[in-house]
Amino acid sequence: MGMTITEKILAAHSGRDEVYAGEFVTAKVDLVFANELSGIVTLRVLREWEGFERVFDPEKVVFVFDHFTPNKDISTAMIVKELKAELDQYGITYYESGRNGIEHVLLPELGLIAPGDLILGGDSHSCTHGALGAFATGVGSTDIAAAMALGETWLKVPTTLKLVYRGQPPKWVGGKDLILHTLGKISVSGALYQAMEFSGEAIDALTVFDRLTMANMAIEGGGKAGIFAADEKTLEFLADKGGREGVVYHSDPDAEFSDVIEFDVSDLEPQVAFPYLPENARSVSEASDVKIDQVVIGFCTNGSLHDLRQAAKVLEGRKIHPSTRAVVIPGSQNVYKQALKEGLIATFIEADCAVSTPTCGPCIGGHMGVLAAGEKCLSTSNRNFVGRMGHTESEIYLANPAVAAATAVAGHIVSPEEVV
Amino acid sequence: MQIKGKAWKFGKNIDTDAIIPARYCNTADPEKLAPHCLEDADPDFVKKMSAGDIVVADENFGCGSSREVAPITIKAAGISAVVAKSFARIFFRNSINIGMPIFESEEAVYSIDEGDEISIDPTAGVLTNHTKNTTHQLEPFPEFLQDIISLGGLRYWVEERLKSAA
Ligand code: SF4
Repeated sequence: MGMTITEKILAAHSGRDEVYAGEFVTAKVDLVFANELSGIVTLRVLREWEGFERVFDPEKVVFVFDHFTPNKDISTAMIVKELKAELDQYGITYYESGRNGIEHVLLPELGLIAPGDLILGGDSHSCTHGALGAFATGVGSTDIAAAMALGETWLKVPTTLKLVYRGQPPKWVGGKDLILHTLGKISVSGALYQAMEFSGEAIDALTVFDRLTMANMAIEGGGKAGIFAADEKTLEFLADKGGREGVVYHSDPDAEFSDVIEFDVSDLEPQVAFPYLPENARSVSEASDVKIDQVVIGFCTNGSLHDLRQAAKVLEGRKIHPSTRAVVIPGSQNVYKQALKEGLIATFIEADCAVSTPTCGPCIGGHMGVLAAGEKCLSTSNRNFVGRMGHTESEIYLANPAVAAATAVAGHIVSPEEVV
Repeated sequence: MQIKGKAWKFGKNIDTDAIIPARYCNTADPEKLAPHCLEDADPDFVKKMSAGDIVVADENFGCGSSREVAPITIKAAGISAVVAKSFARIFFRNSINIGMPIFESEEAVYSIDEGDEISIDPTAGVLTNHTKNTTHQLEPFPEFLQDIISLGGLRYWVEERLKSAA
């Protein structure tokens, strides 16, 4: 019987010729990573384990401090300090503010992800890396500890939900819109325990950055992974990163899928997800009366150079609405540097945006843009749960960076078409 | 451990931000996290519940973040088990790994009302609703997981492997 990309990767990492959905495997990992919040629990767990002395391979373990950094308070500072001392002992590389980025933006830049890899991250959005043809999934701190000690993890081979996108996406419609539209159809539990495999001519037309955005939000459908077959664009994206070559896998024509869902995106409008679930997706034209207090552009979902370019196209030569606060957060230090060179940062600052060093900050109500009761925020992040960005009586609307920029200018949700 | 207590009912898609909001996650200390258990779903929950009580939820409980402090907080608050129609997968793994008892059963969740007196026999996989005088079969765990659970959690599974590698 044919296998899916996911089954092929999991077979290759568990020393088997074939594995199929439903089987349990113990598989070797190519990269294990954590951030400061999941990582502190991991290190405390490891200290307790009998027989643990060193990590299986320090080259394959990375820590990124990104959630509440630069340290937002004393408690966070204590955590980061404790982590650094211990990571130094184990010889594990970590990325501090100024050299970092949000983990899911940073790791592909560093060439640490290759097609065909098995990646395990101590963060639910670790599924992002499936955009590069890897099987990447998020787990908790104890699972990360186990993988750091053994170089292996246990996994149940998931079934694959195949999502096929037809047609050419219109202007201002990108990966964010496709995934929000998809979640609107399948719901936040529509892919529970499954791998979501994305394909079709609309996907071929997308940039790798748009695919990273889509894979990022597989978890928002309950998915274990979001996966794309690597193509020429993927290999071109990876070419200058100095990483491993990897193995490109495709699903066999006779592979078994739990379901195949087709979308035609030729007439799709930019999407906006209403509070309090990412599945509450509507067309932007149905959202235009919502007044917005804060706009945030960035995060692991839309913090790439491509995303900042989209936002800058809209903001170029314009000012944001006088009653709106707009925060722009490049996804990594490298994105920040490039955006500076291209003049994008100047565009944001001239438009009256606050520009921050890379951080998750406001995405989890940490710092750099926390919401008050009753405030409404349009964010390019991935979750609009109750209280996610601050007060439990605040509201979050999710959209792509161009819609976010247009909304910042208008002061209420609008399509970029109405502003540019 | 005996699992017996009053049922507290929650709806579907209870996310990890509702279980333990990120604003409290600048610590990993269970004692500091426990007072905020399920705060954004029900601000008075910790005040109302008693040690041993059971959380009963609809589908996709624990969706969202990978934060292991979600089941840690529930356990630290004194909840003895979570019964749901289904769990988000990272929450499921985390609960097994930290020894927080979780059980799936559509039928049991459907029949339980808030305040019902519940007990669970994990070995037999049976939930008894003493208020309604009914019993319900719980979904058995796959064999692979039962092995990890019977070893006492992931820690012992890893330690066994470290020993045999040494
Ligand atoms: S930006 Fe938000 S969703 Fe992404 S890793 Fe950071 S906290 Fe998580």
